[in-house]
Amino acid sequence: MSLRLPPMDEALLARRSDIVAALRAIVPGEGVIAGEREMRAYESDGLTAYRQMPMVVVLPDSTAQVSQVLRFCFERGIKVVPRGAGTSLSGGALPLGDGVLLGMGKFNRIREIDFDNRAAVVEPGVTNLAVTQAVEHAGFYYAPDPSSQIACTIGGNVAENSGGVHCLKYGMTTNNLLGCELVLIDGQIVRLGGKHLDPGGYDILGVVTGSEGFLGVVTEITVRILKKPEGARAVLLGFATGEDAGECVSRVIGAGIIPAGMEMMDKPAIHAVEQFVHAGYPLDVEALLIVEVDGPQAEVDHLIERVGAIAQSCRAVVSRASTSEAERLLFWAGRKAAFPAVGRISPDYYCVDGTIPRARLPQVLARMRELSAHYGLGIANVFHAGDGNLHPLILYDANKPGELERTEAFGADILKLCVEVGGVLTGEHGVGVEKRDLMPAMFTETDLAQQQRLKCAFDPKGLLNPGKVFPQLHRCAELGRMHVHAGRVPFPDLERF
Amino acid sequence: MPDILKPADVKHVEQAVQWALTEGKTLEIAGGGTKRPIGRPTQVDLTLELSALTGVTLYEPEELVLSARAGTPLEEIETLVASKNQQLAFEPIHCGRILGSADERATIGGALATNLCGPRRMKAGAARDHLLGFTAVSGRAETFKSGGRVVKNVTGYDLSKLLAGSWGTLAVMTDVTLKTLPKPETEATVLIHGLPPEAAIQAMARAMNSGCDVSGAAHLPQEVVSLIPVAEVAQAATSVTAMRLEGFAPSVAHRRSTLKELASSFGELSILREQSSTRLWEAVRDAIPFAAQARDAELPLWRISVPASMGAALAARISAGAQVQMLFDWAGGLIWLALPPSEDAGAPLVSAAVAEFGGHATLMRAPAPVRAKVDVFWRGDAVLAALTRRIKEGFDPKGVLNPGRMWAGV
Repeated sequence: MSLRLPPMDEALLARRSDIVAALRAIVPGEGVIAGEREMRAYESDGLTAYRQMPMVVVLPDSTAQVSQVLRFCFERGIKVVPRGAGTSLSGGALPLGDGVLLGMGKFNRIREIDFDNRAAVVEPGVTNLAVTQAVEHAGFYYAPDPSSQIACTIGGNVAENSGGVHCLKYGMTTNNLLGCELVLIDGQIVRLGGKHLDPGGYDILGVVTGSEGFLGVVTEITVRILKKPEGARAVLLGFATGEDAGECVSRVIGAGIIPAGMEMMDKPAIHAVEQFVHAGYPLDVEALLIVEVDGPQAEVDHLIERVGAIAQSCRAVVSRASTSEAERLLFWAGRKAAFPAVGRISPDYYCVDGTIPRARLPQVLARMRELSAHYGLGIANVFHAGDGNLHPLILYDANKPGELERTEAFGADILKLCVEVGGVLTGEHGVGVEKRDLMPAMFTETDLAQQQRLKCAFDPKGLLNPGKVFPQLHRCAELGRMHVHAGRVPFPDLERF
Repeated sequence: MPDILKPADVKHVEQAVQWALTEGKTLEIAGGGTKRPIGRPTQVDLTLELSALTGVTLYEPEELVLSARAGTPLEEIETLVASKNQQLAFEPIHCGRILGSADERATIGGALATNLCGPRRMKAGAARDHLLGFTAVSGRAETFKSGGRVVKNVTGYDLSKLLAGSWGTLAVMTDVTLKTLPKPETEATVLIHGLPPEAAIQAMARAMNSGCDVSGAAHLPQEVVSLIPVAEVAQAATSVTAMRLEGFAPSVAHRRSTLKELASSFGELSILREQSSTRLWEAVRDAIPFAAQARDAELPLWRISVPASMGAALAARISAGAQVQMLFDWAGGLIWLALPPSEDAGAPLVSAAVAEFGGHATLMRAPAPVRAKVDVFWRGDAVLAALTRRIKEGFDPKGVLNPGRMWAGV
């Protein structure tokens, strides 16, 4: 797959061996990887269609090293791509051929658990699941749970503002952070927030979260941990039409119920999953909903009953509430295996990630069916129904000439459709390189320029992760220029007091 | 007093900023002006008051989303969402009582731009967590947007976070989209009587760390209880530690008994139901014991965010050096603190304590000459201050919008 990336700095590459030597002086031993074979592991992230060897890989293990590496790169104008576990689905950690790939994997310690303040202080290379594992003995957990949680790191979660299936009730990463230590591109270290709520001053932590490695490198993160709900139950609901399922979702929320999770699958996804996992999903329905509620048993039982009643009134043809933890997990086993299940029925699949206002779901599904026919490619839909986050899976065969290109075009059409109905290009996977060129579908030049001016405040030379997110990264000097009109500007029709 | 300009649409806002740029003038950005006394006193050439930019443009309760012009009265929005059994879960503070301003003039834009939120912050997040997207005019007189109308969105930088709490110093928000949430079916509050602050914070931590899903945890020392407009509290002869439960009736009933059992080892208990509970939490939200009518309006009032477990120690440190009155919210993590009048509002004492225990402090009320002299908003180290200035320059390079409101030169 071809991809437009910033032009390589040949003069810089000519000095590669000096650069590697200088980096080795900062990060000794095996912390600098320059051999082609060893660097191969870093040539792509979870979006494997794109591959690019970095100039060199650096694996620092202290904030001081990160600071020195960044300062070195800043002074010499060397680009830097930060990387966590490399599970990004949008190419956010795709290396640059003339850039340093800064792997944060050695930052893998949990520094402090503070139950009194319901906080954990962790290094960015700690996996998402490890945070929960470190606190679950006391009945706590870390709420955001992206499906890659066994592998993805907290640092990557901060960069991407990762979500998961429980976002509607518990928020995304940004809603679950208290503080961080951030190293700026010039090597300066800044602490944002702490164990208290709301950072003082501008909410810089809030914009660093989800900035896709553009503003700095996070070396320590303080997350909020929550008491695990006493219990949870799920109900499996089957509907004869997607419209009925959509109406059920709206009415559940309209009744004041915020489920812990609310997932939808369409028929192709249900069939793929059931053949794979045998979760007991009904095969003769057009749409399946899993609604999970959590809390004290009294609340859970009360809400399961109410959700069941609402589903009845929305013409559910199947309604099965879990009666044991094993059954609840079985309901989820299917949903959680949706991607590999689709992988079994198709040589390749491409996962799209957009968000729509929920009410537009029937319209979007219908249009996707038309597009599927137009491109001659199958599609299976899994959907975080509660928050409107769609994950259509386009089925294709990379070995058939032209199919990958058709898949990409199909995916782009779906995302443009999301924007057209009032939604957005990405709900949780990030823009990266994948959706970079679609940004103008959602933002004007002015919108994008203002976002880039924020980057300039952090990274005036544009060295952090360039080539991602923005179709074109402008120079800061150019963005800073002001065009002030000469002469008086009148105030027509304005009341003055 | 500078002239006041009330733009009626976004184009007019753009023109006003363009005018300021051209003429080298500065603008005060205000909603209804109810929070005007917060911040450094500034010299501006013109006030841009957004109170004519009103109207809810979209409200879809079952989608949990509402869009409005930034100048729409906060009360109008709170009434509208309440009519659909919903609420703004971050409990925006109504500052009128402590500042002597008219709450009915407060706007949604002001509530978001100041990020001031109430007791439910611990559980539901701050204003910044509920602002999904906006349209704004930058100090470059350019209209731009960020975010969207859906909760799950990582498309581009999350500028909503930055604008919430920027007090109009970065851009003039003209349209906002926010998340609404269901209003709890019922609520109840468990009160523990007679605890000193340290024990109260321990009790609140126990409650927060239980499965009770507490949505408010405040400690009212004895000297402020009589100022709470809820008879059951005002008549208490000792301090009151309050813990709120909200949700569906069967759940609240269950959690209430669990919480009572847990709290009984700390002291004598009582229960506030429905309206009494609601009124208590409104009083805590708005820091009613420090209302301008109830006390000398000149008493400097601080709002301090601190790690919850440090709340009592921080308060003790400050009270060792001055005669103070306080109220603890956020399970000890938020302290409202009134000091005797002085030329510096006790700022050195407060900032030393904050530096020792972590967190930050905002001077919510003090006479203008005092606010001109001391840091009203927390100022980080030199690196953070420089970064803050560069961010400001990226949005407002000529310093047109609320210059100096938060910090001199920003």
